[in-house]
Amino acid sequence: MTAKQPQAESSWVQKEWKTAGILVAPAIAILLLVYAYPIGRSFILSLFAENLGTQLQPVFNGLGNYGRLFGDGRFWQSLGNTTVFTVASVAIELGLGLAIALILNRSFRGRGIVRTIAILPWALPTAVMAVGWAWIFNDQFGVVNDLLQRLGIISDGINWLGNPTLAMVSLIVADVWKTTPFVSVILLAGLQSISKDLYEAHAMDGASPWQSFTAITVPLLMPQILIAVLFRFAQSFGIFDLVQVMTGGGPAGSTEMVSIYIYSTVMRYLDFGYGASLIVVTFLLLILAVGLAVYGLRRLGVDVTQ
Amino acid sequence: MPSTSPQLDSAAGRSPQLWKGIIFGILILCLVAFCLAPVMWQWLTSVKVNADIETTPNIYFPSRYTLSHYGELFSRRPFWSYLGNSVLVSVLSTLLCLGVGTPAAYAIARLRLPGKSILLGLLLIISLFPYILLFLGLLEIVSAFGVGNNYLSLIVPYTAINLPLTILVMRSFFQQLPRDLEDAAKVDGYNTQQILTQILLPLTLPALVTTGILTFIFAWNEFLFALTFMTQETLKTVPVATAQLSGASQFETPYGPMAAATIVGTIPLVLLVLLFQRKIVQGLTAGAVKG
Repeated sequence: MTAKQPQAESSWVQKEWKTAGILVAPAIAILLLVYAYPIGRSFILSLFAENLGTQLQPVFNGLGNYGRLFGDGRFWQSLGNTTVFTVASVAIELGLGLAIALILNRSFRGRGIVRTIAILPWALPTAVMAVGWAWIFNDQFGVVNDLLQRLGIISDGINWLGNPTLAMVSLIVADVWKTTPFVSVILLAGLQSISKDLYEAHAMDGASPWQSFTAITVPLLMPQILIAVLFRFAQSFGIFDLVQVMTGGGPAGSTEMVSIYIYSTVMRYLDFGYGASLIVVTFLLLILAVGLAVYGLRRLGVDVTQ
Repeated sequence: MPSTSPQLDSAAGRSPQLWKGIIFGILILCLVAFCLAPVMWQWLTSVKVNADIETTPNIYFPSRYTLSHYGELFSRRPFWSYLGNSVLVSVLSTLLCLGVGTPAAYAIARLRLPGKSILLGLLLIISLFPYILLFLGLLEIVSAFGVGNNYLSLIVPYTAINLPLTILVMRSFFQQLPRDLEDAAKVDGYNTQQILTQILLPLTLPALVTTGILTFIFAWNEFLFALTFMTQETLKTVPVATAQLSGASQFETPYGPMAAATIVGTIPLVLLVLLFQRKIVQGLTAGAVKG
């Protein structure tokens, strides 16, 4: 409105470029501030020592932080924990999410309300429900122990969050509860786009339901499966709130994820330089994995930027 | 159309319809229980008296109920402030995100723009970034500008983390709108800005609501930035305040108030889901699949 339009010889295309540029600019500016700067800054800061030893002043350190990271057992353990958590939770969520999507894709009375209930866990705040899950797995008064005791499966209460393996199991259970709905929403959308005629024709050819499932459902659902896995992988790999609230990374670092380690390196040990190098390595690992996934999607004929 | 989809029937095979129905009903019940049980347990805990909470074997349905744990949240702790902070930050960042993201989405969907596909690719990739990658750099920005314990330190990051989704969803919406509308408007002498505000905006409202609900949910639920940038007690958001109820100097863990806090923190979202389930599903699938 107020911007002066260059009237004279500027071509129509240039005018359109200019309009488009003005419309996009604010969004780009905010994304540069919140995404590009912090990540770029982490790359630079990772070449400096900036911690209590240097009185929080940046001192150039070359690749020293990366050398330290290479020999840092705690980092490798957190990476291992993150991998276990990610692989287990994403695999279970995919299986369970597919089963739920198949159920919700059928017509039955009350489907609307069941679909509403099925999306609910996804919408609730993770940190808040992590408090709830810690209570559910409480060693003294937790409902999980109570139910298992009533069923006669265990005789004494288990200290779920105090045992390294069981703490990881508890986190995975809570994460599966929280994010399976996301997977089933994505997969359900895929199922709904598959034509019923395909199944009818296949059944007329004498195929069993299971054969239809493997011959029609799975191949046609593959794009949605991969997209769901891609999103879940990234979220799971960076999981912070659930773990911070439920276990804080304990006991004895057995559930410390990369994000938790980064957070305490920066906020507790005030080691900004080393924290930056941890961020850079996590970033590169994520980009590598996402790159592979996008490449896989392209080979399946799904262009995610289409 | 019963049983047109062939899944899950394999085991039942040729057995009577009745059995299939019963098995299917049990599956539905399991699904509902799986989704609701953790929340129901919080609710039951929140209305029990302390003696009934801290006892084994557990008491599932107590003989007396109490709202005292809720009362404690609001009388002994600034829970109204937490709720107010969460509402303020979520609403403002949602409005800002829609205001900034919608024009960008329109430009990407409709106008010639160099580097468009690179921009889309980048948007998709950054929507996958965990917030932990951003928090160190943001911490520096926040302290450089002196906006720690200031709503801006959450509103701007929340706007940014929701922009990729907003742009992708709104773009797919604009792509579905018939171009004729705008062409006709252009013939009538409307400029781009007039087309946007007078013709497209009214049509866009449903899509804006869809996107806005999602951005509100993401902003309301965010934890890491709120934990890091808002350290003053009265400025905390609900997730952080709830997570920290457990902490610190008390000798006894306040199980009752904690359960009550989880219910208070989830009620706004339960309402959103009840009212807008369809829109949430629409937005999620448009953002993830078509994006």
